[in-house]
Amino acid sequence: MKRLGLLLLAAVVVIAAGVAIFLFKPASLPDVSAAQAKLPAGQALIDRGEYLTRAADCVACHTTAGDKPYAGGLAFKLPFGTIYSPNITADKDTGIGNWSDAEFVRALHQGIDKDGQNLYPAFSYAAYAQMTTEDALAIKAYLFSLPPVKADAPKNELGFPFNQRYVMRFWNLLFVPSGPLQPDPAQTAEWNRGAYLVEAMAHCGECHTPRNLFYAVDNGRKFAGAELQGWKAYNISSDKRTGIGGWSDQQLFDYLSKGHAENRGAATGSMGEAVDFSLRHLTPEDIKAIVTYVKSVPPQTSTDKAVVEAEPAALTASTAYAPAADAATQDGLGLKLFQGACASCHGWNGEGLQTPYAALKGSRTVNDPDGTNLIQVILKGAHMTTPQGRQSMPAFATAYSDVEIAALSNYVLGHFGGKQSAITPADVAKARTQ
Amino acid sequence: MIALNVNGEERNVDVPEDMPLLWVLRDVIGLTGTKFGCGIAQCGACTVQLDGRPVRSCVLPVASVGARKVTTIEAIGTTPAGKKIQDAWLDLEVIQCGYCQSGQIMSASALLDRNPAPSDRDIDAAMSGNICRCGTYTRIRAAIKQAAKA
Amino acid sequence: MSKPSSSPTTATSRRAFLQGGGLLLGFALFGAGIKPVLAASTAQPVDGDVTAAFAPDAFIRIGTDGLITLILPNIEMGQGTHTGEATLIAEELEVGLDQVKAVDAPPNDKLYATAALGGQATGGSTSMRATWEPLRKAGATARMMLIAAAAAEWSVPAGECVARLGVVTHQPTGRQLAYGALADAAARQPVPSQVTLKDPKDFQLIGKSSRRLDTPGKVNGAVKYGIDIRVPDMKVATVAACPVLGGKLGDVDDRAARAVPGVRDIVRLDNAVAVIGDHFWAAKKGLEALDISWVDGANANLASANIMAALKAASERKKPIMARQEGDVDGRMKAAATKVEATYELPFLAHAPMEPINCVVHVRPDECEIWVGTQVPAIAQGLAAQVTGLPLDKVILHNQLIGGGFGRRLVAESVAQAAAIAKQVSYPVKVIWTREEDIQHDLYRPAYYDRISAGLGADGLPTVWVDHVAGGSVLGNYIPGGWPEDKLDDDAVEGAAKPPYDLPVIQVDWVREDPPVPITWWRGVGPTHNVFVVESFMDELAHAAGKDPVEYRRTLTRNQPRAAGVLELAAEKSGWSTPLAAGMGRGISLHDAFGSYMAAVLEISVSPAGEITLHRAVVAVDCGITINPNTVEAQIEGGLIFGLSAALYSGITFTDGRVDQSNFHDYRILRNNEAPKIEIYHVKSSESPGGIGETATVSAAPALANAIFAATGKRLRTLPFNRDALKTDGADKKSVSMIPPLAAPIAAALASVKPADTELEKL
Ligand code: FES
Ligand code: FES
Repeated sequence: MKRLGLLLLAAVVVIAAGVAIFLFKPASLPDVSAAQAKLPAGQALIDRGEYLTRAADCVACHTTAGDKPYAGGLAFKLPFGTIYSPNITADKDTGIGNWSDAEFVRALHQGIDKDGQNLYPAFSYAAYAQMTTEDALAIKAYLFSLPPVKADAPKNELGFPFNQRYVMRFWNLLFVPSGPLQPDPAQTAEWNRGAYLVEAMAHCGECHTPRNLFYAVDNGRKFAGAELQGWKAYNISSDKRTGIGGWSDQQLFDYLSKGHAENRGAATGSMGEAVDFSLRHLTPEDIKAIVTYVKSVPPQTSTDKAVVEAEPAALTASTAYAPAADAATQDGLGLKLFQGACASCHGWNGEGLQTPYAALKGSRTVNDPDGTNLIQVILKGAHMTTPQGRQSMPAFATAYSDVEIAALSNYVLGHFGGKQSAITPADVAKARTQ
Repeated sequence: MIALNVNGEERNVDVPEDMPLLWVLRDVIGLTGTKFGCGIAQCGACTVQLDGRPVRSCVLPVASVGARKVTTIEAIGTTPAGKKIQDAWLDLEVIQCGYCQSGQIMSASALLDRNPAPSDRDIDAAMSGNICRCGTYTRIRAAIKQAAKA
Repeated sequence: MSKPSSSPTTATSRRAFLQGGGLLLGFALFGAGIKPVLAASTAQPVDGDVTAAFAPDAFIRIGTDGLITLILPNIEMGQGTHTGEATLIAEELEVGLDQVKAVDAPPNDKLYATAALGGQATGGSTSMRATWEPLRKAGATARMMLIAAAAAEWSVPAGECVARLGVVTHQPTGRQLAYGALADAAARQPVPSQVTLKDPKDFQLIGKSSRRLDTPGKVNGAVKYGIDIRVPDMKVATVAACPVLGGKLGDVDDRAARAVPGVRDIVRLDNAVAVIGDHFWAAKKGLEALDISWVDGANANLASANIMAALKAASERKKPIMARQEGDVDGRMKAAATKVEATYELPFLAHAPMEPINCVVHVRPDECEIWVGTQVPAIAQGLAAQVTGLPLDKVILHNQLIGGGFGRRLVAESVAQAAAIAKQVSYPVKVIWTREEDIQHDLYRPAYYDRISAGLGADGLPTVWVDHVAGGSVLGNYIPGGWPEDKLDDDAVEGAAKPPYDLPVIQVDWVREDPPVPITWWRGVGPTHNVFVVESFMDELAHAAGKDPVEYRRTLTRNQPRAAGVLELAAEKSGWSTPLAAGMGRGISLHDAFGSYMAAVLEISVSPAGEITLHRAVVAVDCGITINPNTVEAQIEGGLIFGLSAALYSGITFTDGRVDQSNFHDYRILRNNEAPKIEIYHVKSSESPGGIGETATVSAAPALANAIFAATGKRLRTLPFNRDALKTDGADKKSVSMIPPLAAPIAAALASVKPADTELEKL
C-alpha cells in the first residue's frame, strides 16, 4: 500500500516536472540561416516583403484608425477579455526593433515573443505557422524598412486563467501546425498557390471557420462561417445555398479584388478591411489562385439564415428612385429614415445610384434576418479604396437611436432581402457595444 | 482627358478620374450653380441629373459619368418639368437663402419628369435626401404639387 | 508683383454706383438715429469722408435710364431683408418692387454702425425694426424731389402732380414724365425738410405679399454666393485646424501631399495647415495626404460632461449678477403653498448653414482684396487688415450673397484665417472649409444650465418666480478686452428677464461661466435658450396647479394684451380643447422676443418606442405692421423647422477636446419627410414692425417639450430631447418593423420567443 502510494507520488512528481518543463522551459530559437541565404537583398527583398505583408494583412490588426500603420494598439474583444495588438514597427523601445530574424520567425511560426513569452492566438500564428521561413523574413525586412513609430500598446485586460500565458503551450501543441504548408502534388500549381495564400497568408479561416471549445478553428467545418466581434464572417464554403457555391468565378474575383461584385453587394466590416488593406493589392493571378482554392473547399451547410433571395418582390417592383407601393411599409419609421439618409446613394432597386459599391441587391448583409452585419454597417459605416477613389458610407451611430436603427434595419431587410426580420432596439444596443 | 456632355455641350476636361463631378463642374468648367454642402451624399445640394436621373455629384467620380448627359441647374429650365418647377418655386416663394435650392429643384424636376402627379409619399421618397437649413420644406412640397398641376 | 485681380461682375463697385448722372440720394439709416440726413448730388458724392455732417449709409439712385438701385447696409442671407427694405422705399417712392434693384453696401463700420449691434452687422432680427421709418422717409423724399422737378418743368404747382409707378403725372392735363427723365433735374431740387408719409390705409406694397427680389437668380444657378466667386488665376484651398480646440500645429510631413496632382502649395499657420490646389479636389486630396502632428494644448482632456459639471457647480456656488429683482422673493417663496423647482440643460449648437465657410482673398504687396459673404463686413475687413498688416483702406471687401448665416457669419475668424493663408502666396486663393471643418470649428451657441423655481399660491398661480441662468457671455466675444466680469450681458437673460406674464414678484439672475469653447450668436441665442426654460416650466406649473396650460397662461396674461392676443388666436386655430387620439399630444409656447409676440401649438405623437412624429404646427404672430406677410410666414416656417431640428437632434459634444460630430450624418438636420404641416395666423397690429427671423425658432423647443409631456406624461428638461427616455416598458424588446398584415401572426410568434433570446445574448 505504502509502495503504491510512493509510486503514485513519484509518477505525479515526474508528470508535474514534465509538464513544468513543457510549460516553463525557455523556447528555443529556430535556425533561419538557410532561409536567409535564399533571399534576395536590398529593395528586392523589401518589395517582396511588402507584397507578403499585404497578403498576410498585418496592417489590419496592428493599426488603430487614424494612427500610424503597424503601431499596434487595436483592441480585440474576446469572450475572455480584451487584448491589444502590439507595435510591430522597428522602434527599439516600443516596437520590435530589437528582434532578431530568428525571434521574428519564431513569433510567426510558434506564437512566442522575443522574451520567450507565449502570444495569444488572436494573433493568427496558427495560420502563419504554415508560411515559409523565407516569406516570414521578407515580411520582417519590409517592416524594418519603415520608419519606427514610438507607441505603447495598452495593457491587455484578461482575467485568470487567461492571463497565464504558459497555458497557450498546451493549445499550441494541439492546434498549431508545425512546418510550412506542403504542396499537394495532386493539385495544380494554381490551386497550391491559392492554398498557400489562403491558409498561410490571408488566414481566411481565422474568421470564416467556426471555432471549437478551445477557441481553435474547427477545420472539420472549414469555412462554414462564424461570428466575431459583432460581425458575421459568412459561410465561404462551396455550399450553393449558404456558401459561395452559387457565385461565379468572376463574382468572386471582383469581390476579392475590388470589394464588390455585381448582384453580390460590397464587402464591409472586417471583410471590407481585408479587401482594402490586403486583397486588392494582390496580383490578378494570385486572386485567381485564391478563387480556385476557395471554390474547391467542400460544401458546409450552415444554419445561418443569411440566404440570398434573388428577386425579392418589393425590390423588383421598385425603380431606382421610388419604392414600390408597399402597403406594409407605407408609413414606417424605417422607410422614413431610408428616404432621408440612405436613398440618395443606395436607391430603391438595389443598384446604387452613384457607385456600384452602394448596390445592395444580392448582398448577404441585407439578406440576413439577424441583421448582424447590417446593423454594424449602419452604426459604423464602411470605406473602400477603389480605382475611382475612396468610397465611403458614413457611420450613423451617433445621431440615430436604437429604435431608429432597428426600424431601418427591418425595413432594409424586408425591402432588399425580402426577409421578415424582427430586429429590436435591444439588438442594436448590444451591437453598439461590440 | 475625360469627355463629358454638360447641358448639351461637349467638354473635355483634364482632371483625375476620381475627381467628383461636382468639382469638375464648379472649379473646372465654371458652372457654380451646383453647390457643395456636405461631400458625403447626405444633403443633396450637389444634385445634378444624368440622363434625367438625379445623382449626388459630390460622390460621383467624373470618370464614371461616361456618355450620360449631365444636366445642371443652369439648364434645367430648358426641360418642361424643370421649367414648371422653377415657376412654382417663384410663385410660392419657396426660396430663402437659396443655397440648397439648386439641389432641391434638380431633385424635384426629376421627380416630376418621371411622375407627373406625385403623391406625398412620392415627394417624401424623392425629396427627403435634400436638406434645407432654412426650413423651406413645406413650401417645397406645395410647389411640387402646384407644378404638377401646371 | 501680381496684378490686381479684376472684380467679378457680381461684386458691387461702390464707386461705379456713385458715379454718373441722375438722382443720387444718400441718407443715414443707422448713423443718425431715425432722422434721415439726405443730400442729392450728381457731381461728387461723398465717399469715404464719414466725419462730415453728412454721413450717408444707404443710397437711392435713380439713373437717367430710369433704373432705380438701392444700396442697403443690411446683408441678404435668405431672410428677405432686401425685399423688405426695398418695399419700404418703393412704397413711398411710388414705384413697383419690380422697378428696383437692391445691392449690398461695402464695409464701413462708422457708416453702418447698427445701434442695436454695435457694429455693421445683420443679426438679431434687427433689420426691419431699425429701418422702418428712415427708409420710408428716404423714399418719400426722393418722390417729393421728383415731383418738384416735374412741377418746375411744367411750371405747375407741385400739389397738382402725383407720382405712381415711376411716373409723375400732372393731373389736370394728364402730362407725364418718367422718373428717368426727371432724375437729373430732381437732383438739383432742394432736399425737402418736411416729408409726409403715407397713411397706412393707402399702402400699395406694405402688407402685401410681393415677390422677393433675390429669388429669380436662385432657381437657375445664376446668382453667385461667396463660394461661387472665381477670379483670374485663383487657386482653391482647404484647411484643417487643430482638432483639439485651442491646440497648435506641430510637424507636417507634406511629401505625399505634394505628389498629389494639382496640389500647388502647402501653407502652415499657427494652428492649422492648408493645402492649395488647382481645384478643391486637389486641395482636399492633398490635405488627406498630409501627415500632421498636432500639439493638443490645454484642452486635450476636455469633455462635455466636464463643461456641464462646471456650469452646474458655477450655478450653485458662484454669486450671480442680478438681472431683475422685484418684490419680496424670499418671503414669498417661504410662504408659498407649493414650491416647484427644476433644472434645465442646453447643449452647444453648431450653425451648419448650407453654404460651408469660404472666403476668396488676394493679398498683394500694397492691397488686400476679399470676396466673402459675411454678416459683419467691417469686422472682417479689420481682421484682414490686422493679419496682412495693411491699412484698413487698403483692404477691399466685396460682400457676397450668403447661403445661410444663422449667426455663423456674425464672426469673421475664418476671413482672418483665409487672409493668413493668402498672405503666404502671390495669387488669389479661395479657401473652402469642408463640412467636417465647418461643424468642428464653428463658434457654438453656448451650453446653459438653468435652475428655475416658483412658489404657487392657493389658486395654483405663481406668487413668486426665480430663474437662475448659468452660461457664457456671447456679447463678451464682441467687446475688445472682453466683457466686464460683474456686468450683466442682457442677451444671457433675454427671454427670461421679462416673460410676457403678470409675475409681480420675480428674480432673474445670471451666473457667468465662459466655457473653454468658442461661442457666438445662433438664431436668437438668449430667447431660444431662455424661452425653452420659461415655457417648459410654465407648463410644469400649470400641471402642478392642475390647470390646462392655455387656461393657466390666459390667467397670467390678463395685463399683457399682445401676448393674450396671440395666445387666444393660437388656441382657437389649433382647436386646443378638442381631444386627440392616444399617443398624441399638443404643446403650447408663448413668448415675446425681438419685438414680436408669438404663440405656437405643436401637435405630435410619440410611439411606444419613443419616436416623435411632428404632425401640425399652428402659429399665431403679432409682429406689428407686417411689411410682407409672405416673407414673415416663410421666416416663421423656416425658423420653426430650424428650432425643431435643434430640439430633436442637435448638440455638439466634446471628447478629448475634439468635437464628436462632423457632418450631416451625425449632426443631424430635420428632413422634408419629418417636417410638420405649418399654419400661420396674424394678429392685426398697428405697432411698428417686430423682428421675425428668429422668433419661431424660439417657439420650437418649448412647444415640443410641452407636447411630449402631453403625449407621454414625461417632462424632458435636457436638449436635444432624449427619445430613449420616452420608450414605454418593454419597447426595447419589440421589433419596430412595420409588419405586413399576413405575416403578423408569425411575427407575434417570433416576438414571443424573444425574451429567451435576450437572455441568451446576455451570456
Ligand atoms: S454635397 Fe453632395 S449631397 Fe451634400
Ligand atoms: S433655402 Fe437656405 S438652405 Fe434651403
